Amino acid sequence: MAGLMIDHVSKRFGGQTAVDALSLDIEPGEFVALLGPSGCGKTTMLRMLAGFEPLSEGEIRLGGRTLASPERHVPPEQRNMAMVFQSYALWPHMNVAANVGYPLKLRRLDGETYRRRVAQALDLVDLAPYAERSPQELSGGQRQRVALARCLVTDPDVVLLDEPLANLDRNLRATMEQSFREFHRRTRATMVYVTHDQSEAMALADRIAVMRAGRLEQWGTPQALYRQPRSAWVASFIGQGSRLNVAAGRPGLRLDEHALMRGLAAVAAERTQPVLVRPEHITILPEPVAQDGLRAKVESVTFRGERYELHLRLATGESLLAYHHAAPAEGQQVAVLLHEGWCLEPEA
Amino acid sequence: MSPSLMEGSQQRWLLTLLTVTIVAFSLVPSLRLLMEALGDLAQGSESPLWRVLQAESTWRALARSLYTSGLGMLIALVLGSLFAFVITLTDIRGKAWLVFCFMLPMMIPPQVTALSWLQLFGPASPLLKSIGMAPPLGSPQPLYSAEGIALLLGIQSAPLVFLALRTSLLSLPRELVEAARISGARQVQVWRQIILPVSRGGLVAGGAMAFISSLGNFGIPAMLGIPAGYYVLPTLIYQRMASFGTGVLAEMASLSLLIGVLALASVALQQAWMKRSRFGLVGHGGRPHDFSLGRWRGGVTALLVAVLLAILIAPLAALVVSSLVPAVGVPLNGETATLNAYHEVIGRQGTTWRAVRNSLWLAGGAALLLILFSLPLAYRLQRLPQRWQNLSLSAIELPYALPGVVLAVACILLFVRPIPVVNVALYGTLGLIFVAYLARFLVVCLKPVAAGLSQLDPSLEEAAQLAGAGPWRRLGSIVLPLVAPALFAGGLLVFLLAVNELTVSALLWSAGNETLGVLIFNLAEGGESVLAAAVSVLVVLMVAVLMLVLSLLAPHLPKGVVPWQG
Repeated sequence: MAGLMIDHVSKRFGGQTAVDALSLDIEPGEFVALLGPSGCGKTTMLRMLAGFEPLSEGEIRLGGRTLASPERHVPPEQRNMAMVFQSYALWPHMNVAANVGYPLKLRRLDGETYRRRVAQALDLVDLAPYAERSPQELSGGQRQRVALARCLVTDPDVVLLDEPLANLDRNLRATMEQSFREFHRRTRATMVYVTHDQSEAMALADRIAVMRAGRLEQWGTPQALYRQPRSAWVASFIGQGSRLNVAAGRPGLRLDEHALMRGLAAVAAERTQPVLVRPEHITILPEPVAQDGLRAKVESVTFRGERYELHLRLATGESLLAYHHAAPAEGQQVAVLLHEGWCLEPEA
Repeated sequence: MSPSLMEGSQQRWLLTLLTVTIVAFSLVPSLRLLMEALGDLAQGSESPLWRVLQAESTWRALARSLYTSGLGMLIALVLGSLFAFVITLTDIRGKAWLVFCFMLPMMIPPQVTALSWLQLFGPASPLLKSIGMAPPLGSPQPLYSAEGIALLLGIQSAPLVFLALRTSLLSLPRELVEAARISGARQVQVWRQIILPVSRGGLVAGGAMAFISSLGNFGIPAMLGIPAGYYVLPTLIYQRMASFGTGVLAEMASLSLLIGVLALASVALQQAWMKRSRFGLVGHGGRPHDFSLGRWRGGVTALLVAVLLAILIAPLAALVVSSLVPAVGVPLNGETATLNAYHEVIGRQGTTWRAVRNSLWLAGGAALLLILFSLPLAYRLQRLPQRWQNLSLSAIELPYALPGVVLAVACILLFVRPIPVVNVALYGTLGLIFVAYLARFLVVCLKPVAAGLSQLDPSLEEAAQLAGAGPWRRLGSIVLPLVAPALFAGGLLVFLLAVNELTVSALLWSAGNETLGVLIFNLAEGGESVLAAAVSVLVVLMVAVLMLVLSLLAPHLPKGVVPWQG
């Protein structure tokens, strides 16, 4: 098992820069998600890892070995990687067992070893009874699992996954997320997972690289991304929350209730520091009390089952998202307490 | 460099070399023709092109070409659109069989069509004689006329109109029709006010294709026109070459240039027109619209069957009858019926058998070789930038788009002298016909393969690449099995067209090197119509069987590969 090093990798198509000086240091056995909106370069990065695209600048190393640089390009077939494609890419002229066994054939394995390893791989994804079926006879989830089995049959150094859940329905996604976790736990393979769905990335990955317009916006654990987003853009992309301007703190600092409430009370001209306030850090006081809290008007109320989601408007005109156990009337005046906030970098 | 990387670039270079060679090979005949026709322009009024343009016979043949092709196009439009509208839009029964029978005339070689119609009419018709309806001896054969030629050209090219219109009808979004119905339009109004205007692009395309195909047709005007001294451009070239040999090559090159320019101009005109009349259609196409014929269904079915009886069954019946009589002019009955002609064809090892063998070798060899070339060629073409891909495809299509006579004259020009360096003389051998077939039918084999490749999800190959398969391995174990049906169908289509080919071989054959097409033509010209009919019956049987095989293969093929299954 070897670590994967992405070092200042850039990719240009004509004049268009798809990936811009991206650097990531992926630990052996780590599950990494590349997350970003469509067109952010995450799929291009994945295809460069696989070797389908040469890179314009930078270097990709696996263990100590250089896989790709502008001078050197190890072709995909020699990288010992495996990939689950968005369309699964199951070869329609081979049955399930032959699809899974094809990488073994290429490694000149046959006879007993071949059969044993194909059976093992199919067992791992619970598809042993389907070995003789053709891919067209399987459901979406089953095809997905065949693609997974084909990935793990050769013990690849790195498994790449290109939006593998994009074509599945909601219920199946939850099941498949579970089987990806299971798969990762059993194989301990280094996995790079491309997705535009933040909840999928949060649920699966050890670390997430958030990408925007070809650049790395932030690189960290899901917890760090949620609690300490670097910019307002990351904050808006991951989880819910409101951005307020305060006269306190500096980027990368956490404000406690006292500092936050005081910073909000300052005059508009002094409130220049953007701060992220998550809805779970807000308490609603139904009756406006003179000293405590900030006055706000309820603009709309959405029922979410376990709680109500309140869209509030502060006296300063800023909007605020909060959770509450009961539904106040729309237009009602309430008081809010903000317990903590995270200072963001101002937008460039 | 790693071995696989070298293998990759080695493959790319080999395939590029092959592609460049093939594209050049496709262009060379046309360029040679152009050189010959324009080369002596400096001689002024004595140059061949100038002489040809001044000859009255040229303009007469041109006018006749335009007249027969134009009239043929009108007949094709009427027949083709009748079948396309009824079969695609309505709930008529037995659609598959109607389509198959209607498409058959397109695949039957023109000389056989002409022969079967000649057996149907005229004072010597064995069929009319057998049922006692033959006109008195000495009365004229009505088909030896401009209108006779146009009628057969129309029947032969009607399937082209049918296909083009059917494609455009099938792509017509269902919602357009449904919106008109919900607005209160009756079926006839929907047809006239919505379907007809929106699908006129298909009608134009079909008409143009019918015109171009009629313009290049040789078999029909040769069989019906030459006996009456009625020459169109292709038969004029044939007749000159037959009487004066290679001495008039320069003039023939000029004449060929004239037809070639005419055909290509029609293609350009059609494409310009199509661009203007194209709509941006939004919605879900691909499903026929089931208009209910109601109480008209019986009548409409009877009409279509009657048309098929007239244009397909009756001539073929005449052909069969003619092949069973002992001699021309003898009526068929229980006593006269004989299989002598078939014995003669199959049993005796004479000219007939030699021609059959020649054609089988030529068609089989061309089909096999083109199958071999098509996959690597299509594979490389697909990886070219769009611009280069289009240019290469046009070059490869040129020998097929040009009328056969033009290609034949170009090939004679190219090979009339031994090939320099290797010093091999192709002129007067089967090799010349073989080379011409390769150039002409390459695109027929390539198109299905290219369609199949473009439908392959690129990730199928990428998955194999990541699994560790090198470039040749991927081509062999992933791409080849997936496009194999298309490849086979392409080869079969080549065989079907080549084995019956007449136009090219009529100019290129020499004694001992006859093809099946030339054989039928020569037998009919020499008055041996019974033998010709027997060979033709066998040819029609073979065509029908090959078409059936293709039909059975159709579910495994990309859309549009089997022309008669939309």
